[in-house]
Amino acid sequence: MAEEVKLLGSWGSPFSRRVELALRLKGISYDYIEEDLSNKSPLLLKYNPIHKKVPVFLHGGKPVVESLVILEYIEETWEGDHAILPKDPYERAMARFWSTFVDEKCIPAIWMSCWTEGDMQQNFMIQSKENLSILEGELKGKKFFGGDAIGMVDIAAFFIAHWAGVLQEVAGISLINEEKHPILFKWIEEFMSSSIVMECLPAREGLLAYFQAKKEAIRATKAPVY
Amino acid sequence: MATAAKGVVLLDFWVSPFGQRCRIALAEKGVEYEYKEENLWDKSPLLLKANPVHKKIPVLIHEGNPICESLVIVQYIDEVWSNNPLLPSDPYERAQARFWADFVDKKIYECGTRLWKLKGEAQEEARKDMIEILKLLEGELGDKKYFGGETFGFVDVAFVPFSAWFYSYETCGNFSVEKECPKLVAWAKRCMERESVSKSLHDPHKVHEFVGHLKKMYGVE
Repeated sequence: MAEEVKLLGSWGSPFSRRVELALRLKGISYDYIEEDLSNKSPLLLKYNPIHKKVPVFLHGGKPVVESLVILEYIEETWEGDHAILPKDPYERAMARFWSTFVDEKCIPAIWMSCWTEGDMQQNFMIQSKENLSILEGELKGKKFFGGDAIGMVDIAAFFIAHWAGVLQEVAGISLINEEKHPILFKWIEEFMSSSIVMECLPAREGLLAYFQAKKEAIRATKAPVY
Repeated sequence: MATAAKGVVLLDFWVSPFGQRCRIALAEKGVEYEYKEENLWDKSPLLLKANPVHKKIPVLIHEGNPICESLVIVQYIDEVWSNNPLLPSDPYERAQARFWADFVDKKIYECGTRLWKLKGEAQEEARKDMIEILKLLEGELGDKKYFGGETFGFVDVAFVPFSAWFYSYETCGNFSVEKECPKLVAWAKRCMERESVSKSLHDPHKVHEFVGHLKKMYGVE
């Protein structure tokens, strides 16, 4: 299957980095196109007219969007090389459940903890810590959520392993630390030490600068950024 | 062909479109199961044990294993009982089906809630949003018999329970789904010719009555 593989992404987006991680784990070569999200390209708007977001995955010119949908497509199209979903239907259902939990609960709560203040921030912080404890429970003594190898849930939780740390620093808050979430902390260390993950990371300093600038911009305009 | 599957239990709530997705999927596959009605204002110990994370219905319990989140459940049903497949076999087509089911999930329920809960400008915005969402879905349906093409599929299962809410959306939002999206209304009628759907969905007036109760509870109007 020598069809062209392209990815429209953004260097700072945890969602497009997920797709890159999956592609690299499976050893699939792809052309990467960097999108300027403040000035979206005609290509992006053409291939994702509904959500107008990255990542957009193009296989033989046909678009697939929404990062978890893309991960499932990659898994089904390139079978055999580093499976990111289990074969057993129940285990697959669990992987889908926890990936959705990361997306719908963990990430928004962490994100909002870092951009809000006062009581609102306190509530989001409580939610974040609770969600992270729940997620941590799913590791159950495994090296990764996927077992011995990185799987879909680990890929989804990439945000937690990398972006969350940067955001906490910018906001001056602590959500994940060795004391509160020891098992999750260990998972982060394990995950981030993978050479393939390291290839896919946006540089910490770059992310830090980006989010710090964003915070200053909010302070200046006093506008909420959700 | 009814399969007496051992130990299939569905924890559900009568009017829930998410629960109905599961009922429809199980019926399409001919799977016999035990239906357990939950009181959402007094959740059973079984529900709290089976879904400790979200404490929500639907939950499918198969051979003692709980599966939560309706689209995860429907995919599980599709994988365990491989007759009458709901998802197509081609990976690209599957991705498109997942995209549209996800679109229904992200947009319809939230917008529908705004329609009955809010008033004034906010409700007007919800009305505009709902019409736009329905038109996008109608665009995807096109002239096909079902979203799945000739066969009733994953997106049909994901979306059809919300057709029982069209009457409520129209009434709260003061618009006509038939006028705005005639193809969707025709599609919903076709789906209702399937026993799996007609036996799972409730009369739109009953749904609207339920919305009335919700409005009272939330002090709306």
